[in-house]
Amino acid sequence: MGELRLMKGNEAIAEAAIRAGADAYFGYPITPQSEIMEYLASQETHKRTGMVLLQAESEIAAINMVYGAASTGKKAITSSSSPGISLKMEGLSYMAGSELPCVVVNVVRGGPGLGTIQPSQADYFQATKGGGHGDYHLIVLAPSSVQEMSDFVKLGFELAFKYRNPVMILSDGVIGQMMEKVELFDPIPRVTEFDQSWVATGKTPDRERNIVTSLDLDPHKMEQHNRDIMAKYERMKKEDVRYEEVDCDDIDYLFVAYGSSARICQKAIKLAREEGIRVGLIRPITLFPFPTKEIAHLGDRVKGILSVELNTGQMVEDVRLAINGKVQVEHYGRVGGVIHSPIELLEALKKTFITK
Amino acid sequence: MKTTDNLNMSTEDLIREENLVYKKTECMTDAVLSFCPGCGHGVIHRLTMEVVEEMGIQSDTIGIASVGCSVLAYDFMNVDMTGAAHGRAPAVATGIKRCWPDKFVFTYQGDGDLAAIGTAETIHACNRGENITIIFVNNGIYGMTGGQMAPTTLEGMKSSTTPYGRDISLMGNPIKITELVSQLPGTYYVTRQAVHTPSAVRKAKKAIRTAFESQKLKKGLSLIEFVSNCNSGWKMTPVEANKWMEEHMFPFYPLGDIKVEGKLIK
Ligand SMILES: Cc1ncc(C[n+]2csc(CCOP(=O)(O)OP(=O)(O)O)c2C)c(N)n1
Ligand code: SF4
Repeated sequence: MGELRLMKGNEAIAEAAIRAGADAYFGYPITPQSEIMEYLASQETHKRTGMVLLQAESEIAAINMVYGAASTGKKAITSSSSPGISLKMEGLSYMAGSELPCVVVNVVRGGPGLGTIQPSQADYFQATKGGGHGDYHLIVLAPSSVQEMSDFVKLGFELAFKYRNPVMILSDGVIGQMMEKVELFDPIPRVTEFDQSWVATGKTPDRERNIVTSLDLDPHKMEQHNRDIMAKYERMKKEDVRYEEVDCDDIDYLFVAYGSSARICQKAIKLAREEGIRVGLIRPITLFPFPTKEIAHLGDRVKGILSVELNTGQMVEDVRLAINGKVQVEHYGRVGGVIHSPIELLEALKKTFITK
Repeated sequence: MKTTDNLNMSTEDLIREENLVYKKTECMTDAVLSFCPGCGHGVIHRLTMEVVEEMGIQSDTIGIASVGCSVLAYDFMNVDMTGAAHGRAPAVATGIKRCWPDKFVFTYQGDGDLAAIGTAETIHACNRGENITIIFVNNGIYGMTGGQMAPTTLEGMKSSTTPYGRDISLMGNPIKITELVSQLPGTYYVTRQAVHTPSAVRKAKKAIRTAFESQKLKKGLSLIEFVSNCNSGWKMTPVEANKWMEEHMFPFYPLGDIKVEGKLIK
């Protein structure tokens, strides 16, 4: 069994980054995730593992520092919250286009604009549909516990390097700030060998120079490059969809929710079942690739699906695409930093599908 | 054979080892330069790569191309390179250098890239004293996008977005970013050079060498501004452009060292 600790979600992310053998963290402070950089600083990462820690002048600079480190094959991570993630989007588009691995944490707060520092899931579209310019996707992992905040940093680096694509951990202010027991994984040593087929670490006589770029002025080559990237997304859909089903053996209704909303749904399921309402939950863990088939499959067995999100209705679009009209799919959500209660979710379920 | 009698030499004689007076550095590829004839970019590329070759650091050099006419620098420079988003090269270089403190890391940036969209990245990389080299090509205009006003465009100078000349009261002043960053404690070597004459080329190369050598000392950032031409953007012949540069650019952007070994000159 790994080391057990009581930690904040944000601290778990930071500790996991050190243990995952990350080479560098670059970031810029923003609530509700500043504890990530603060924790790393408290650990004196340069002494603990040699990990670089640098407070950048902006989120734009931070993501481009990540871009630089990643160009040389290093494991780099950055974190921010919604307004800062918007600034990182140009860099993430470049990283996806240049096929560079990295982990980006978004501890989401309410928007649009400066919005609020309270929790939200309003960045679902931005995270899963690309977010920056051009045809690309991030791999998106949605933790719903402090344990997963830690585990997904390690998993995130594995997926980022498997596909050479940026990975986003899409958390929120609830998971970032709350404290829970977490079992930490054993530290992984930092990598010292780099894949010389692509990294820019200096051209040695035994190989051609390596160029990291997203640019090709030849439209046919550019088309091929886009197709190659798309092929990776198809492979992700086959090999790396992750989700969890809760109480789905005997269901009439289904909640679809991720992150903190999924936790609230679990309590709502208990309350519903006390009243004899058979409802279950599917919790997408990877928001991209999305568990489309699995949701479609469950859709065959239910009378109604409620997509519960801390936003005005974003993931519900993907649920509807998965269900393709077979059954009624509705959205329920609170916004602006207000969080739904389990009773509220039960009432919403009843009002939408049962009492109507 | 008399060396003055070149024209009587056969091609074979000409390329004989003992008759060679100039050889392209191995650190440049054989790709045909995409720059306009007469443009300074090509010379600055070559000088940078000659220094890399002469220092024997090709396998330890990582370059960062920026967005501008030199966006394809990696087609010509035979070193490992990464292409940064517009203005972000100093941040990309920071990420690399922090992870590889013993490698030689340089950015190659135009004036729009470095002194407009990338001002924050430039100033903060300089201020942190990142041990990198910035090669900064100031041609007073946005070459790549077709000759729009740059932050460095002189007062009264015509560009496609200042067709009647830059009006300071409307468009603000040209920025001397090199003087600006020389004031920051993180810069170690700051100089302004040109490549329009053989003697300027010799001085410029020495400056590039000094800049790369200073990376070994880990005492701060080295930045070389090249006041250069853009005959296409300026709508002049290469010869006219160089003359115009001497008459108009040099008085506002005077050549010479600004900071050496961490100390301001003058
Ligand atoms: C974010 C962004 N904005 C604008 C552009 C368009 N753009 C490409 S190069 C350039 C200006 C380059 O000028 P400069 O840096 O002076 O280099 P030069 O071409 O003169 O060598 C601009 C505005 C871009 N590529 N990306
Ligand atoms: S447009 Fe100007 S800067 Fe660009 S290659 Fe031509 S002369 Fe050089």
